Amino acid sequence: MVATHVDRRAAPDEAIDLALRLVRGEAEALYLARDAALTRFAASRIHQNVSEHDASLRVRVIDDGRTGVASTNRLDDQGIAEVVARATEICRRSAPNPDPTPLAPAEAGCGESDLGFVATTADAEPDRRAEGARAVIAAAQSDDLVASGAFSTEASTIAIANTNGLRSRHTTTQAKLLTVMTGPDRASGYAQAISTDIGAIDAGAVGAEAADKAVRSIGATDLEPGAYDVILEEYAVQTVLEYLSYAGFSALAVEEGRSFMELGKQVMGPNVSIWDDGADTTGLPSATDFEGVAKQRVDLVTDGVASALVHDSATARRAGVPSTGHALPAPNTFGPMAWNLFMAPGSSSKDAMLASIDRGVWVTRFHYVNIVHPRKAVLTGMTKDGTFLIENGRIVRPIRNLRFTEEIPAAFSRIQAIGAETRVVGAEYSGINARVPALRIGAFAFTGATAAESGV
Amino acid sequence: MNELIDLALDAAQRAGAGYADIRITERETESMTVKNGALEAAASNLSIGFGVRVLVDGAWGFAGSAVMTRPEVERITREAIDIARASSLASGPPVELDDTPPQVDRYATPLQEDPFAVSIDDKLRILFEADAAMASVPGVSVREGTVEAGRERKTFASSEGARIEQELTESGAGIEATAVNANESQVRSWPNSSGGQFVSGGFEAVRAMNLPGNGQRIAEEAVALLTAEDCPSGPMTVVIDSSQMALQVHESCGHPIELDRVLGMEASFAGTSFLTLDKLGHLRYGSDAVSIDADATAAGGLGTFGYDDEGVPAQNVPIVSAGDFVGYLTSRETAPIIGRRSMGSSRASGWNVIPLIRMTNINLRPGEAGRLEDLIADTDDGLFISTNRSWSIDDRRLNFQFGTQVGWRIHDGKLGEMVKNPTYTGITPEFWGSCDAICGPSEWRLWGVPNCGKGEPMQTHRVGHGASPARFRNVQVGVGTW
Repeated sequence: MVATHVDRRAAPDEAIDLALRLVRGEAEALYLARDAALTRFAASRIHQNVSEHDASLRVRVIDDGRTGVASTNRLDDQGIAEVVARATEICRRSAPNPDPTPLAPAEAGCGESDLGFVATTADAEPDRRAEGARAVIAAAQSDDLVASGAFSTEASTIAIANTNGLRSRHTTTQAKLLTVMTGPDRASGYAQAISTDIGAIDAGAVGAEAADKAVRSIGATDLEPGAYDVILEEYAVQTVLEYLSYAGFSALAVEEGRSFMELGKQVMGPNVSIWDDGADTTGLPSATDFEGVAKQRVDLVTDGVASALVHDSATARRAGVPSTGHALPAPNTFGPMAWNLFMAPGSSSKDAMLASIDRGVWVTRFHYVNIVHPRKAVLTGMTKDGTFLIENGRIVRPIRNLRFTEEIPAAFSRIQAIGAETRVVGAEYSGINARVPALRIGAFAFTGATAAESGV
Repeated sequence: MNELIDLALDAAQRAGAGYADIRITERETESMTVKNGALEAAASNLSIGFGVRVLVDGAWGFAGSAVMTRPEVERITREAIDIARASSLASGPPVELDDTPPQVDRYATPLQEDPFAVSIDDKLRILFEADAAMASVPGVSVREGTVEAGRERKTFASSEGARIEQELTESGAGIEATAVNANESQVRSWPNSSGGQFVSGGFEAVRAMNLPGNGQRIAEEAVALLTAEDCPSGPMTVVIDSSQMALQVHESCGHPIELDRVLGMEASFAGTSFLTLDKLGHLRYGSDAVSIDADATAAGGLGTFGYDDEGVPAQNVPIVSAGDFVGYLTSRETAPIIGRRSMGSSRASGWNVIPLIRMTNINLRPGEAGRLEDLIADTDDGLFISTNRSWSIDDRRLNFQFGTQVGWRIHDGKLGEMVKNPTYTGITPEFWGSCDAICGPSEWRLWGVPNCGKGEPMQTHRVGHGASPARFRNVQVGVGTW
């Protein structure tokens, strides 16, 4: 039995069922498969063009408080027997844990889901991606810019079953096109489109958006770091939410005292509501977590108040609540993760925000953000690909990139306007995607600036 | 296996590939984590597959699969060819590889104690002893320790006649103690953060870390940090420990010397580099004290191997020589652009991805400042900081900001009070230009960084950095108010 390509029919069940039959006692089998392709371009030409097909099986065996986990991507009968034997052996030799992560109950599963599956995305040929790249490159060349970027398509399956009788399976697709366009004097612009449906990716529009930013970025000059009112475009807002998720939306992070979230406390402004919802098809849906628990909507911050946390089976048992369906693959010591984030829209527009600012900074996106202090959710990072000075309600000039160092819950208590429109943005590094509006924030802390050209 | 290799290379050339290679890779890992006195994770992973890379009319195509059968090798080779032909829809000048002679050879990581042969009981004993040591300190809220082992067996063959078999073995471990009060969460790690220390080599490296012997100390430091003063803010003399120096080298030297970044190939993701081609041989990167090498032959480094994933032999090449910028990391595709032959830094993180220019072991040469205590004694007023906590750098690798787990003030040549939440920031060449002392060989240590990210799809790779503690003048510390 071979299961390499994402199989929408029997293969995951066959692998999982065989694994569970071979285990004596409690066990969970997690099948992950991915057919992915990516066409990458730089200097306005395709320079890397790849595809991969992989499927793996991860088996978790629990016996008398002991747990063993093993995985393999060798999915013939021998490979499955071998991975079960490895997990069993590790379990046998392990030390007992008085609080082992329990298996999810049967009723927690999501059944079979194809939420967000689009066949044309799964079947996309390399020519389709190359055509998209070519459209972006054409947009760049028409403005004497240079295009870099990537157009990726993938279909993925997650299937889980356990000896409690739980069964969950979700097959979905994703297409993502992004570009960074560069021009004279280190000008740059960015755009991204992401969807479950490759048909929704408008390569021409992506190219036009990035080209516009890059052209307007030509001639950037310095701006003294300091506190400025900012407009954060949706790309930047997604990145901030992504790192808030790392820093603090998980129940384990709160248990361990490394989160800014204090349930019931006003942690952000009353105009801020953030939630996680894997079932919302206006985002990039995921029906199940890696324990097979159907993902629940979790209202994390409601009107600025920390209102709930995401759980996996381990944190849920300790808290005496059901898992919310946010587990990562076992074994996992980091805890649950929110990765289908949404932020409530407001009633403003970017034009209106711009018009209302006397002096401030327009931020297209952030680069290389990291957590400086997890408990306070202090982040640092650089602006990138379109940073502009705002004066008297209009953009007056491009500026060189700035470094921010900001306590985000405090900054989100200074949100002065929220966009009425939202946009799905894919993460740069992680799988934490978000549908978010643009924001106007007061007195955002820029603590440094990129070097001018002198000397380097 | 040879049959599958020949099948792929023959099929690729028959289909019109001017160049083809295949990598068959098997990677196994084993890890154990003890958290708060309980075995929280014990796992073993195995991944096998192959990737076929072809050049058709000067354009690249690549496909990989986990199914090791003749029909799948034929299908994947066809797919790689089709992808390469699609590349021609928007291709540029044809790719030309350098003239590295094809090699036929074998290499295996030297080691004393196979980490996969060490019993689970042995590994758990170390972790539980370290956990108990941390638990002995009142006020520690979270304790965690991990032991890991990795092994990669790979065969590389090319249409030029290369055939190289390698077996690379890695070992790693680390512990971490966290203390929390109403307002603060503070952490200390040993021997390093981000999971600990990792080497190419055997379990002897883990035993040498003495995790149990350092558990109580780091736990005490984590607790003490809760009530320590905040890091002062302003320009200051900073002495940076060896492990943080490793990450400083990684971010501000290792990445910007990747020639694919310099040429714009990573512009849409990781960024570009301030070390543009015109700077080679002309830029003053740092002070006279600063010399940096890329050494894939260094014993024990995570960037140590016999051959890179294009079949180029491991080499040691100068990058910065007494402050002058003199070298890049290169591949067979990029090296000819600067008139050189590849220095062997093209590496793939797995069978399913193409090789990219990656760091090997980017090592700061030891200096003449003796031991760490000598350097501290030679510093009238400053700050000594240790163990990375956060990192960020701009897309051209100029403006960086780091945070460390702990700092101590230096007064009159002696370590003084502990400070919490240390951060520092700077501009790369200015910062390295302010380096006036580097400790000697006795303080030099080769650190493993197991989580270096690059490329689309992103590849997380394992690289190394050797460094001794070093001193920098007039560094901006205590960034921001929070």
